[in-house]
Amino acid sequence: MTTFPLVLGLDTFGDTTDDAQGRPLSHAQSIRDVVEQGVLADHVGVDHIGIGEHHTPDMPMPAADVVLSAIAARTSRIRLGSAVTVLSSDDPVRVFQRFSTLNAISGGRAEVILGRGSSVDSFPLFGYDLADYEDLFEEKTALFAELLKGGPVTWQGKTRAALYEQDVVPYAENGAFPVWIGVGGSPQSVIRAARHGMSLMLAIIGGDPARFTPFSDLFQKALQRFGRDPLPVGVHAPGHVAATDEQARAEFWPYYLKVLRHYSRIRGFAVPNEASFRREIGPHGALYVGSPETVAQKIAVNMTRLGATRFDLKYGMGGLAHEKLMTSIELYGSQVIPRVRDLMASPEAPEA
Amino acid sequence: MMSIERIAVLGAGHVGPAIARVAIDAGYEVAIAASGDPADIELITGVLVPGATPLWAADAVAGADLVVLAIPLHRFPVFDPALVAGRLVVDVMNHWAPIDGHVAMFEDPAYGSSEIVARRLAGATVVKTLNHLGYHELEDDRRPADAADRRALGVAADDPAAAALVAEVVERIGYDAVRLPSLRAGRLLQPGGPVFGAALERAAFEDAVGVRQAA
Repeated sequence: MTTFPLVLGLDTFGDTTDDAQGRPLSHAQSIRDVVEQGVLADHVGVDHIGIGEHHTPDMPMPAADVVLSAIAARTSRIRLGSAVTVLSSDDPVRVFQRFSTLNAISGGRAEVILGRGSSVDSFPLFGYDLADYEDLFEEKTALFAELLKGGPVTWQGKTRAALYEQDVVPYAENGAFPVWIGVGGSPQSVIRAARHGMSLMLAIIGGDPARFTPFSDLFQKALQRFGRDPLPVGVHAPGHVAATDEQARAEFWPYYLKVLRHYSRIRGFAVPNEASFRREIGPHGALYVGSPETVAQKIAVNMTRLGATRFDLKYGMGGLAHEKLMTSIELYGSQVIPRVRDLMASPEAPEA
Repeated sequence: MMSIERIAVLGAGHVGPAIARVAIDAGYEVAIAASGDPADIELITGVLVPGATPLWAADAVAGADLVVLAIPLHRFPVFDPALVAGRLVVDVMNHWAPIDGHVAMFEDPAYGSSEIVARRLAGATVVKTLNHLGYHELEDDRRPADAADRRALGVAADDPAAAALVAEVVERIGYDAVRLPSLRAGRLLQPGGPVFGAALERAAFEDAVGVRQAA
């Protein structure tokens, strides 16, 4: 198997946070706090910070590239990406321009994960029909792949105005920035990533991560089929790190429950109970909640069985305080990441 | 009475392969089809559903005792009813607008989505089940028949014989089947209903949907 460098990152959706008295902070303050979180992540050795586009009052994060730009200006090492960019409801040309600009500002640290987004609020906001997401995503991804090649673009489709030998600036300094496709469970999206030569980011937010192993196999087989070289596979999953397992659970659970209650009401599904939470934070669940050692072990086990070389821990959960998130980031950078590197480097690969 | 041995799964997206996998595990012969050439899904099925045969939809249906309809709901208005005329069809689809968008054909709140599917597939016998647990839970939550924590799934149909056949499949896959008396009652299995996304054992499930039946 081709080896890619191990990348251990963090993702946020810009969830609003509560103050010490449990009152929600303003959107503006929450956004400024995300910048501080990104700067801290850089200082404690996190490889990547990803910001996911969202358009809701509990996740006021519609312009991730602007926030990433602010982090870029105060850091020199950490990579900066979207997690994800909802390409289906955006203009591929603008996405390309914004992230090319970020790439310029940051000295080549920009990346993009393209996705439909499980947060679907951008569709009505920008006048798209959710039922069209598959066609929108397919066509816009194809255009994005054209833009990445550089040079004048000629393109025609149904979802935006045609381009004829159109210059799209800024020009890249050192080739295109890395592009991934976020996949939550659609095998067609895995094939699409391989067809366009984009890396695969598996969003595993519920259930046993092992069930995604065939997706990783499918991706490498599809790359072969399309005559492409191997590309890395990454995993995005939610979690929270604190000094002990008990503390991490106690801090995370009330906010997790509150968020899921909110979405269960909007989306009409049953509220998970504490037993299902226990399952999700256990060895066969999707949540990485616990002490640095617990979280590191689980990351190493799942990266190994999924054939992944990148892991992004999605931190934060509607209301969870900025100070707690800063501690989580500090522990992730200073303890979880070195421990995962040790575990993955040891000749005895961790067993599932 | 006949029993089901050969299953055709129509749909190779999130849901179809998950259902095909558990059906193969349960010993069924499974064919899988998308909207076009089976060559297009051969890579997907080969890796995700080893043991399933990718076919054109018409060929998959022709050889099947049971057809599982697992296509995106917004494609259903252009699905050809003749394809499944005379067949036993399991509808696993949902009109889940906050996630998948609105589909005009399914907007009338007076009818459940499977009632609307059945009306359009008038030549087929439609049974509603497998729609109210996540496709990602389908493998993990299976249990042997005597397990204390075996999860229950609703099976709703107007035709009792069809419901019995499909209930047997659900049981063989690894779930307790709780029969609901009609497709109309199947509205209880929909998004926003009492069991959508809920992992319940038989007694709690029966309480939630208000039916009681001998085990």
